[in-house]
Amino acid sequence: MLRYILQRGALALAVAFTVSLATFFLLNVATDPAYAIAGEDATPEMLAQIRDTYGLDRPLATRYFDWLGGVLTGNFGESYYWNKPVAELVASRAPTTIALALSALSVTILISIPLGAWAALKPNSWADRFALGVAVSAQAVPNFWLGLIMIILFSVTIPIFPVSGDDTWLHFVLPAFVLGASSVPAVMRLTRTGLIEVMDSDYIRTARSKGFRGMPLLTRHAMRNAILPVVSVLAVQLGQKFGGSVITESIFAINGLGRLALESILGSDIPTVQMLIFVFALVFVAMNLLADILNAALDPRIRIG
Amino acid sequence: MIMTDADPAQTDPTQPHAAKSAVAATDDAPEALPPTPLRLALTRARGHGGLLIGGTIIVLLILIAIFAPLLAPHDPFAQSLSARMLPPAWAEGGNADYILGTDQNGRDYLSRLIYGARISLLIGLGAASIGMLIGVTLGVIAGYFGGWIDHAVSFLLTAQLALPGLLLAMALVFIIGPSVWVVICIVGVLHWTYYLVVTRAATQRIRSLDFVAAAQAAGSTPGQVIRHEILPNLISSIIVIFTFELGIAILAESSLSFLGVGIQPPMPSWGLMIAEGKQAMFYRPWLVVLPGLCLFALVIGANLLGDGLRDVTSPDGRN
Repeated sequence: MLRYILQRGALALAVAFTVSLATFFLLNVATDPAYAIAGEDATPEMLAQIRDTYGLDRPLATRYFDWLGGVLTGNFGESYYWNKPVAELVASRAPTTIALALSALSVTILISIPLGAWAALKPNSWADRFALGVAVSAQAVPNFWLGLIMIILFSVTIPIFPVSGDDTWLHFVLPAFVLGASSVPAVMRLTRTGLIEVMDSDYIRTARSKGFRGMPLLTRHAMRNAILPVVSVLAVQLGQKFGGSVITESIFAINGLGRLALESILGSDIPTVQMLIFVFALVFVAMNLLADILNAALDPRIRIG
Repeated sequence: MIMTDADPAQTDPTQPHAAKSAVAATDDAPEALPPTPLRLALTRARGHGGLLIGGTIIVLLILIAIFAPLLAPHDPFAQSLSARMLPPAWAEGGNADYILGTDQNGRDYLSRLIYGARISLLIGLGAASIGMLIGVTLGVIAGYFGGWIDHAVSFLLTAQLALPGLLLAMALVFIIGPSVWVVICIVGVLHWTYYLVVTRAATQRIRSLDFVAAAQAAGSTPGQVIRHEILPNLISSIIVIFTFELGIAILAESSLSFLGVGIQPPMPSWGLMIAEGKQAMFYRPWLVVLPGLCLFALVIGANLLGDGLRDVTSPDGRN
């Protein structure tokens, strides 16, 4: 078990390093950060001065290791746009996004697991078709459009929820629904196929012969085994919620990391954008590692094999 | 989500398994030879509702995109300050000249929606093709050669999956400068993982089959084996993924354009139209609802078509 975790941990570290490298070079080779700071009508003298001030005249590799060294010691650089340390910006915005991501994940769980179970109860019944329809629609609906439609429906036509902002828990209901809806198809389908497979196994036949039927059979016996892959996919989905927060937060005017990312991009603030991409990737890598560990802990076949 | 069940190796007519299921699926066929995989797929397609609906939507939208200049009642760029934000013709205050109303600059909404199909499809097809080139190349190489090449490609896959795609695309498009071609390239370069996962697994399976061994024994180089023996067997899986990726790329473009880092005004991109209509959506919701419905129809069409193609080309029929 420990060996397995160490292996996965080493891979996660290697991926994190590669991602930091890729992000840095993509953002610093594709553009001249000095132009981004100085703006459209910069004179060569201004550009030279900016390069000197921010150390942009040094070789790319030196700047990369400088940045990486800073990241490892908690110094994420200075934001050109906000005139603040990037670490401070990220720290002040992170709690909102974490709250949003967790509530979105709850929405995903509350919708997709019961729906998947209901569909699995009778494959090819109308319940199954309904669940499939929900999955197909949720996959095709543009997330930002769903957000706007929700605002029109539930903030304006029937004014239940506030239009935008992040002051109370009521502000988080619609954004959490919109962000959570995008994971419903994957989690629902996995719950359904997992349950249908388990329902075919010998121990379920035994339970059936002892008189268990319908939902109790499903929830008390089958779910325990079918839920294993779902748990690890949920961890991965949680990792994706951070990247997905860009759209949701900008629609609902929530001051989290996603909105910070959009504003920093529009403000050409390369250090902040670079750090946010890296932070989102780190969260994803960490959630994947967690999923691997959870899987090994829950399923002896993985940690032994 | 990984469609290993669309295993092209098994659709090979020389395989006994494929032949058996082919006979089973078409009892009404006269004895003679078992039908070819293509014939079999066509027979199944006739009874597949999702495939027919998805295919109809996609064909219809492609025709609309091609014949946009003939279909659009107005110039999609022509502004008319006297006819700003008219509601659709059937609503109160509607004007029969503008069936779906006008936008904040008095441009005919129907015409803009029709031209919007061009942008969505152009970017979707372009990006899905670029992703296909990258993903299939890497997948076939990793699957065929195995060993350290396979490990390296798999690592690349893990790293790519960790990157926040939308955010990276936003940053790159903004930095390089937004244009249709930049959006196509960036979205394409970031969406190759699905192709890689499926072609790699399929190549690994085909590589161990007899006809590949025969070609190798006959002295074919790896390049010849890949071109003549492996790629032809991957085509149906690649088409299925291409269809799904078409929908994914279209959604990615619309998100970028909505956030202001994709297609720029005055181009009629559906995502951008939703962003422009957002300011007025409380009083004029059709400005947001209509382009969203177009996007939804196009993407659901692509997904249904993909699901259907997977069902009819897989050796065991529907699953």
